Amino acid sequence: MEKETVIKVEHLAKSFGSFQAVKDVSFTVSRGDVFGFLGPNGAGKSTTIRCLLSLIKPNAGSIELFGKSYSNSRSEILSKIGSIIEKPDFYKYLSAQKNLEIFARISGATVSKSQIGEMLEFVGLAGRGGDKIGGFSHGMKQRLGIAQTLLHQPDLIILDEPTTGLDPQGIVEIRNLILRLKNEQNKTILLSSHQLSEIELIANRMVIINKGKSIVEGEVQDLLNAQELLVHLEVDAVEKAKQVISAHFNNAQFVGETATELEVAIEKSQVPNLNKALIENGVQVFALEPKRKLEDFFMKIVQS
Amino acid sequence: MLLKNTYNEFVKILAKPRSYLGIGALTLLIGVILFAMKADGGSFISFVTASFEQTLSFNGNILNGNLIGFIILQMLIIHIPLLVALVTGDLISGEAAMGTVRMLASKPISRTNIVLSKFIAGAVYTLILTLWLGFLALIVSKWIFGTGDLIVLNSDGLVILQEQDILWRYGLAFMVAFLSLLTISTLSICLSAFADNSIGPIVSTMAIIILFTIIGSLDVSVFDAIKPFLFTTHMASWRSFFEDPIPMSKIIQSVVILLAHNIILVIIAIVKFNKKDITS
Repeated sequence: MEKETVIKVEHLAKSFGSFQAVKDVSFTVSRGDVFGFLGPNGAGKSTTIRCLLSLIKPNAGSIELFGKSYSNSRSEILSKIGSIIEKPDFYKYLSAQKNLEIFARISGATVSKSQIGEMLEFVGLAGRGGDKIGGFSHGMKQRLGIAQTLLHQPDLIILDEPTTGLDPQGIVEIRNLILRLKNEQNKTILLSSHQLSEIELIANRMVIINKGKSIVEGEVQDLLNAQELLVHLEVDAVEKAKQVISAHFNNAQFVGETATELEVAIEKSQVPNLNKALIENGVQVFALEPKRKLEDFFMKIVQS
Repeated sequence: MLLKNTYNEFVKILAKPRSYLGIGALTLLIGVILFAMKADGGSFISFVTASFEQTLSFNGNILNGNLIGFIILQMLIIHIPLLVALVTGDLISGEAAMGTVRMLASKPISRTNIVLSKFIAGAVYTLILTLWLGFLALIVSKWIFGTGDLIVLNSDGLVILQEQDILWRYGLAFMVAFLSLLTISTLSICLSAFADNSIGPIVSTMAIIILFTIIGSLDVSVFDAIKPFLFTTHMASWRSFFEDPIPMSKIIQSVVILLAHNIILVIIAIVKFNKKDITS
């Protein structure tokens, strides 16, 4: 059975004056997906997410959430979404409990004080509800932000870079929280990040965007565990190595080379044989580093 | 949803220290005036009535609560706008500065309702400030200085209002004073919709008041056409209730212009906030 489409974005574009933040972004998120929205800083992730939440009006393209558009169903759509955009900001002069009460009142659902207490417990802030936000660490605010997104039991949770600025322990805590939402509550989650490793750990589907354009979309497993790898070789004789590889591996493709280095795209199962063939034919191999093509591609995007 | 968010706005206003700054400052200012009048009010009255003493004889308790209330209202109605703008100018832009506006605007509440709830909360705060002003200026003054007839010095001369003829005038005067302050509140909320920081709308509100007041007081014909439409021209209309006879058509005209300002400013704020890309 085909899964229900929760988010459908087609050819989204948004400019601020002469600066075009989003040029052409398209992707689809289905019910139950943990969808990774991956791109380097400045790729247009936050602008796209703000468009998804009706904070920003796009110049072109279309957005459908739960099969509806903002032009005629804004309140209905937003009542089904919980979100953290960039970093969760709260009213510093109010307690955590009061902050959650404020957002619960306008969430479109009836949320009791005991539910707020349960939510604080869920995110590990039990007993801190009476404390003012001013004294909270960034990690505590992030966890409170997640509590705020869950108050009204939304179908879709949008988290924009939820681990930014956190220490390693905080990153693990937030990651575990997201995994609990996925495993225990079967929520549809859109998670933006500039770190492939983070998306790989949590998401089942993803899209990569760069310079305001979506580049590739698909299952994380398919995209990352592709059978073809990019092997970076450091050898004593590049020309001889190329001859050996061409003679032994018909499908191998040379991607790049320098005086001592060679990059070759080859099937994953042939990597051990590649090393063996080079050594047996008198080529000294100083380094052999297999990389997944997508990972290499993403690293090049980030580095550029 | 409007009621729920208006309640939220009250919770926020009540929790902000700056909300109490206005009430505290008002209490302090009136306290200073009351102390000064108690200490040396006689000289102050003599200075005012000196030019009339050749033709008139003043008997009884002239320096009474009614007169002190009038003096306080006249002195402070110029300064209270700052105390109002301090709170209301922060209502929308403060959310942008704190980053909470994006959380607010991504909830299932219309942006129109967000602005309207802030306007209602701002109006209630202004009403509380006006009532507090009335309590201190009139009730506390009467308690300290006693009651009596009210002598008001107008441009036409002295107006003497009998004790039993004063309270209703104060009631109506405070209503018009509230409408004047409400215009300030609405102006600062409107400016707040254009800004992403707290200080800008507060300073801009005061700058507009000063600019319009200067234009209104300049005796230059080039401004004559616009003077009747400046809200600052009508901010002292409450004073007309202490004239005899009361110029009702002049007061109604002021009320209409102030109400029109409020409606137009709320509409501008709603349109601006609805069109705004929330990037903060």
